[in-house]
Amino acid sequence: MSKNIFVFCEQRDGKLQNVAFELIGAARTLEEVAGGRVCAILCGNKIAAKAKQLVEYGADDVYVVDDERLDKYITEPYAQAVCHIARKYEPNVILFGATSIGRDLAPRLSARLKTGLTADCTKLETDEDGNLFMTRPAFGGNLFATIVCPDHRPQMSTVRPGVMKKPDADKKRKGEIIEERVDFDETKFAVKVKSEVKQTATVDKIEDAKILVSCGRGMGKPELLKQAAVVAKKLKGTVSASRAVVDEGLIEQPRQVGQTGKTVRPQAYLAFGISGAVQHLAGMEESEFIVAVNKDKNASIFKVAHLGIVSDGAATLAELEKALDARK
Amino acid sequence: MKIIVCMKQVPNTTEIKIDPVTNTLKRDGVPSIINPDDKAALEVALTLKEQTDATVAVVSMGPPQAEIALREALAMGADEAWLITDRAFAGSDTLATSTIIAAAVDKLGYDLIIAGRQAIDGDTAQVGPQIAEHLGIPQITYVAGVKYDAASGAFEVNRRFEDRYQLLEVKGKVLFTMLSDAVKPRYMSVNGIVAQEGKEVGKITFADITVDPADIGLKGSPTKVKSTATKQFDDNREILELDPVAAAKTIVDALDAKHLI
Repeated sequence: MSKNIFVFCEQRDGKLQNVAFELIGAARTLEEVAGGRVCAILCGNKIAAKAKQLVEYGADDVYVVDDERLDKYITEPYAQAVCHIARKYEPNVILFGATSIGRDLAPRLSARLKTGLTADCTKLETDEDGNLFMTRPAFGGNLFATIVCPDHRPQMSTVRPGVMKKPDADKKRKGEIIEERVDFDETKFAVKVKSEVKQTATVDKIEDAKILVSCGRGMGKPELLKQAAVVAKKLKGTVSASRAVVDEGLIEQPRQVGQTGKTVRPQAYLAFGISGAVQHLAGMEESEFIVAVNKDKNASIFKVAHLGIVSDGAATLAELEKALDARK
Repeated sequence: MKIIVCMKQVPNTTEIKIDPVTNTLKRDGVPSIINPDDKAALEVALTLKEQTDATVAVVSMGPPQAEIALREALAMGADEAWLITDRAFAGSDTLATSTIIAAAVDKLGYDLIIAGRQAIDGDTAQVGPQIAEHLGIPQITYVAGVKYDAASGAFEVNRRFEDRYQLLEVKGKVLFTMLSDAVKPRYMSVNGIVAQEGKEVGKITFADITVDPADIGLKGSPTKVKSTATKQFDDNREILELDPVAAAKTIVDALDAKHLI
């Protein structure tokens, strides 16, 4: 058994996903306490050239399985590839992004490797012996549980995208790139892809925005959301919303922040008319600077705000638009 | 075709509140419901039943009161319902739970297993894929639609990702996990409510299945809960009461000071 921390690095259409870099960063933080090497697992078709990028973000070793049978994500070929690496190198930890791919692959592997898996973690810590403490929300974000996996290895966890900080790339960083050959058992490949349809992003990705102007129930009118979008644009950011506004059909679901939406950590999160249900806070409390405007001085959003203002959200937004125009 | 639907009875988490004094969950009086993704799984199974000669059996692992959820499934149109329950199962994590359910499903026999993607109390999405692995059958998760072609015996499955969907084809035994927004579950019918009263909810206990006692319950669970906490806040944050003009100026100044504008 090694002390090494492995990261399953998700790619789609040959493009490494941000969560892969975030998890390499998280693995480096764990390594500082527990030691071992940070190892990336890269699976795909004609993907080997991307391995270097993972080294730049902090991987010591990159294990590459480059095979045409891994062209599109399907559970079984990917499970066989990652299982091969896990059995050969005996990682202490394997991390996956808590995406529709990671949350499909990781449980399949945990049953195959007969080990524990903790879903959707928002915090990872370790002791010097490499025992992982995995914290995750439960009961819709009302409770946080810290889970351990004392007697089984590897310790496995899926981690929510956007929760861990993406490290800076270092073009000069050196690492080992190891090509792995897997003897696939194709008799187990029962699922075939007939077609794939990419849904072109009709909305900006709120998880990538530097500034978010976010609207809650108190801003639940089409004209106010339109104004929020205008203000967001002036701030070179974009608009997001709480679940209440999404459920009323006033804004697209991909803009929802919170437990059932996205986790965001922009440089500034401006919350207008958001009361701050625990499910919402779970999705934005890691933002670097949180401004909350709400009429109710007891609103929970003020518990996480760095700048809390008791005022009318709609009126303040209108004044903010004027104030931004006046600066030009 | 014999379809098994896996379902869980869950507290309606949207109604759970934190007791501000004790800082613990207030679960008293919170109603229990069929987990929404599982209800979608049942709907897909009942639709397949209408289109083919399928039978639908519903299984749920849980305490005796989970029978209420199973009776609701019978009233919606399921043919059989089985409660998987035993003190020996208590404390099981997802791996141990999936070991038990896989053994129960194997005993009942099946051609197709449909589960929900995830339960709203745990949100893990792990038990479905783990059952499939134990049974050695393929899985398709995040399913938004299922079509069955009786002539070829193949399923065409719409599998959703964050940024795309795939149409997948699979034949033979398989496990799907359904998304709740994919279908609108039917209501219990009056006839169904009357009919379920005459039906037994079967029980499956430790004695009925073939599992190693070392693989189930608390001791068969690789993961353990070390501690739980409710959210903690820092109480020393400053809150200003301002009119909208002053509020806007304060925001602009703060963003300016951080070089964000």
